Amino acid sequence: MSMRFDRRTVPALLGLLATSPTWAQAAAPAHIDSGDTAWMLTATAFVLLMTIPGLALFYGGMVRAKNLLSVLMQCFAITALVSVLWMVYGYSLAFSTEGMQAHVTNLHSFIGGLDRGFLAGLRPDSRYQTVPESVFVMFQLTFAIITPALIIGAFAERMKFSALLWFSGLWLTIVYLPVAHMVWSGPGSFLGDLGVLDFAGGTVVHINAGIAGLVACLVIGKRRGYPHVPMPPHNLGYTVMGASLLWLGWFGFNAGSAVAANGSAGMAMLATQVATAGAALGWLFVEWIVHGRPSVLGIVSGAVAGLVAVTPAAGTAGPGGALVLGLIAGVICFFSATRLKHKLGYDDSLDVFGVHAVAGIVGALLTGPLASPKLGGFGDVQSLWGQLWIQTKGVGFTVVWSAVLSLVILKLIDWTLGLRVDDEQEQIGLDIALHEEKAYNL
Amino acid sequence: MKWITAIIKPFTLDDVRQALTEVGVTGMTVTEVKGFGRQHGHTELYRGAEYVVDFLPKLKLEVAVADEHLDQAVEAIIGAARTGKIGDGKVFVSELEQAIRIRTQEVDVDAL
Repeated sequence: MSMRFDRRTVPALLGLLATSPTWAQAAAPAHIDSGDTAWMLTATAFVLLMTIPGLALFYGGMVRAKNLLSVLMQCFAITALVSVLWMVYGYSLAFSTEGMQAHVTNLHSFIGGLDRGFLAGLRPDSRYQTVPESVFVMFQLTFAIITPALIIGAFAERMKFSALLWFSGLWLTIVYLPVAHMVWSGPGSFLGDLGVLDFAGGTVVHINAGIAGLVACLVIGKRRGYPHVPMPPHNLGYTVMGASLLWLGWFGFNAGSAVAANGSAGMAMLATQVATAGAALGWLFVEWIVHGRPSVLGIVSGAVAGLVAVTPAAGTAGPGGALVLGLIAGVICFFSATRLKHKLGYDDSLDVFGVHAVAGIVGALLTGPLASPKLGGFGDVQSLWGQLWIQTKGVGFTVVWSAVLSLVILKLIDWTLGLRVDDEQEQIGLDIALHEEKAYNL
Repeated sequence: MKWITAIIKPFTLDDVRQALTEVGVTGMTVTEVKGFGRQHGHTELYRGAEYVVDFLPKLKLEVAVADEHLDQAVEAIIGAARTGKIGDGKVFVSELEQAIRIRTQEVDVDAL
């Protein structure tokens, strides 16, 4: 999400602190702008489209036919569950500024208060910067939806549906909401005050989800027969359609994070396009060189890696920086998803860690230097290396936070409900075993 | 009478059917099958995971012919199904003891 400041009026503020609703309202025009509102309504719909059907199809095509419905179901159910939790307490814990003070570290540097629970005080004329607050609530909700939905790719084809629901709700509450608050809630937020740049959620969404995915696949264990039993994607056509919808939806994700219809949104959209294209080609060509052929799954995986990598940088990197970032992310993620995983032997089924965490970390780190005007960026970065160090601290903190708390949640569920379906259910496939339905009745 | 079973590449079916028709074969049965011979399948690679696909899609063509038409029919199949590349398939010939047309109850060559 944007560093919540209006770049029309604040090009030179410390690029660190620009996240406060209160502060932003002081800088931005104190009225609702219909153009900004129209764009944010659109961007919100785009980001919802990323999860259903974008991510659902992207992941669904990569699983075996007997598990397609389980993936679609998980994405859809997470959408519904998170929407309710967001209304009840999620928005409040992430964005309440109760008790926060710039550069004062207290409990509310890490988590918001409950004063906005059940969206208390929200009225048709409530305002966030230049858009209705209801639109901002919805926009942020779509981010909260996609983040736990990203994780399901790591344990696809073997998790109980009940465990999935508990995990998603607890993970949202204990892992996501605090990190969103720490990065985006403005002066007094822990990572915001550190000066961490995260325009649209490289840290909050992708590193957070990717690390949780790695921990989850290690805790739940490999699929039966992995890696000896062939488990090829059952419908790469779905995967391509899903990736295409993700690309489209990501304009809402990144350009929407300007929270305005302005030059910042336009540059974010441009950076998103260039980085994604660069990463798609980066993965494609390195695969062509290494394996002797360009693959469809490769080019779309590369595109997703580029989308992830540019997410934190979209507001501050120039087009040249975005291209470099994309190419680097595409090449690195090719190796992390194809080599690292097989070398280490974990079963991150759909490469949540290999693509999301790795590209998220690459993007978050390079956001620092690429924000510098010396490298064609638009950030107010005093020191190229200094900002890189700040970004490193942000990444390190998020990695540890997500890993430790995800582990606790997963172990808790495993000891109580059990995380995993039994062998017979896994063999039959989750669609029939858990939902008594089949994706295909041919 | 002879029973010809030919395993062929799917895309050659139209040419094979036409070649058999030209030598007077009036009926045939085609089944979609999977299998492998010397071709030994192929490999597929998804994000670095390599899968060997042993069983390749082929068509099984079954034709009953009178003894005197056997050589022509086999040549027709081979001529139309041969690409020269590995995996073109095989033709098997076996004795056919009896044939009966259900509608008229004609038997043997008359039933073909």
